[in-house]
Amino acid sequence: MISDLFTVTVLVGILASGIRLSTPYLYAAIGEAFGQKSGVLNLGVEGQMLLGAFAAFYVALTTGSLWLGLLTAMIVGALMGLAMAYVTVNLHAEQGISGIGFYLFGLGMSDLLFQKLMGTVETVKGFPEIYIPGLSDIPGIGKIFFSQNILVYGAYLLVPIAWFVLNKTTLGLKIRSVGENPDAADSLGVSVSRIRYFTIILGGTLSGIAGASLSIALLNVFQQNMTSGLGFIAVALVYFGGWRPIGILGGALLFSFINSLQLWMQVLSIPIPSDIAVMMPYVVTILVLVATVSKVRAPSALSKPFERGD
Amino acid sequence: MKKIVWFVLTLALVLSACGAPAATEAPVAEVPAATEAPVAEVPAATEAPMAEPFRVAVVMPSAITDLAFGQSMYDALVRVQEEMGAENFEFVYSEGMFVVDDAAAAIRDYATQGFDLIIAHGSQYGSSLQEIAPDFPETSFAWGTTVDTFGQANIFAYEALSQEGGYVNGVLAATLSTSKVIGVIGPIETGDAKLYVDGFKAGVLATDPAIQVNVNYIGSFSDIALASESATTQIAAGADVLTGSAQMVVGAIGKAEEANVLWFGTQSNQASLAPSIVVASQVYHWEVMLKEMIGLIQDGTLGGQSFSANLANGGQVIEFNDGYALPAEAQALADETIKGIADGTVTITLP
Repeated sequence: MISDLFTVTVLVGILASGIRLSTPYLYAAIGEAFGQKSGVLNLGVEGQMLLGAFAAFYVALTTGSLWLGLLTAMIVGALMGLAMAYVTVNLHAEQGISGIGFYLFGLGMSDLLFQKLMGTVETVKGFPEIYIPGLSDIPGIGKIFFSQNILVYGAYLLVPIAWFVLNKTTLGLKIRSVGENPDAADSLGVSVSRIRYFTIILGGTLSGIAGASLSIALLNVFQQNMTSGLGFIAVALVYFGGWRPIGILGGALLFSFINSLQLWMQVLSIPIPSDIAVMMPYVVTILVLVATVSKVRAPSALSKPFERGD
Repeated sequence: MKKIVWFVLTLALVLSACGAPAATEAPVAEVPAATEAPVAEVPAATEAPMAEPFRVAVVMPSAITDLAFGQSMYDALVRVQEEMGAENFEFVYSEGMFVVDDAAAAIRDYATQGFDLIIAHGSQYGSSLQEIAPDFPETSFAWGTTVDTFGQANIFAYEALSQEGGYVNGVLAATLSTSKVIGVIGPIETGDAKLYVDGFKAGVLATDPAIQVNVNYIGSFSDIALASESATTQIAAGADVLTGSAQMVVGAIGKAEEANVLWFGTQSNQASLAPSIVVASQVYHWEVMLKEMIGLIQDGTLGGQSFSANLANGGQVIEFNDGYALPAEAQALADETIKGIADGTVTITLP
């Protein structure tokens, strides 16, 4: 039975599933990484994703335009980010606690809007898989890499862009300096609050897209609490990836591949209790984290509110 | 200044954390607080039960719109209300009560307000109910899905013999499958979902032992992303008929529709999600049990009995989707199986 796993169909299936499953994690975790690099821990990702998912779905359902849905999700996520930025930057609130507050707000608000505006689970036609002549027809590879929807490609494009912005641009340098030593950055004329506003709003926008990738690209439904903890896993992936986009990509893929592997193991009737199978992605992720505990440390000013002249 | 902001934020958080589930339903359901006014009349209501409407409160983990477990109870209450009339039957609900402590608080609130029947619609609420019920000996409680009344005179228990509908769905699935591979998507291998899945499998194998049934429990009642990926996996593994239990299957139904693979539903009628591929759904008609309970309560029996929804008593109904053209012989086979289970000539052997 184990040998069933090593057929082309199964391997292609595992890889293609893994890439799809990793998509929302990438958007949310890279958004979160920007925030954390600038010293702000945002635990409200899950709430931003839920509101983004609902906004995208509802707009797509009522207007028929997926792009308008996506745009709305981005705006909703950005507004959630703006509120989070005000609370953490201007009011110096404890970030972990206020983040959980924003999560609960997103959870409750998306549920309330769903009940008031829709009332029942409906479906939309989401972003289709893109067929690329030639590439999509390559056996195996084509199914894995070249038959996905546009938001999947966007997520993978985001990884090098985020790396470039964080490491090769002045903006990235400012973000990192604000996260490492806000006093020094401030004394050199970098506006700590402006940078943090920027990263938190960007994070919110990307979380909104993460939600939209679920509701109008991958699943094409909206249901209460549909993210079911995904946003928190994204926060964990930022730590797992050592605050580097490439590390986050590695973590997201590892988690998603193991998840799709365990789906296949059950489907192929490999005798393994389902409870053990569903634990696998979490156990393997923890093991890898322990085994490869890196020298990378968290940004020094992470989750510390900045007050000028202290 | 900083301290004040801190305090306000902490307070806001604590309040939102406590109030989160209740707050969201306020506009839809009447939250306990909202119904305070009528409570004053309750003592009178118990003395003259016929003059006042029968009042039911239900607490459930998922939502009334989940197209599954929660919705099955909501729809049943609506049907009871239609039958008895809105002036004779009122109900309120608290949904989204995944946190058992919150549910317990809601149950106690409703009991304090003197509802005639309080339904704890989730097996996880059992121990809370066991604690609360003795404090309100005049109030009737119902707990499902289970058979355990804790030996208390004011608790009714109700369950669904989901394996029966599962078996019928399985027989039909086996008849309609051409690839001879059938996929099942389950939440966690326990309770009602396990009964359904085991019954479904038994139905398939009784019809055609050569069919491969692939069962995939995804370990969650809410992870629709994983349920959807599970459906994709099942389809890639050759399945041309799928079924699944619990509220996270809405993601899977979408994938089945995209791949034009048939779907069998359970708990609630799921045809509205994908009219072209849903063949039939096993639907719970809890109103059969509810009406019996209401009758007993009005005659002074507040609990101590357990009820089973099954095909014979109409607590479970196989609802066929009119949008799907089921071949006549398959329909005849389904009807025959339903009749056989109801009269006991078809027996279901569970593993």
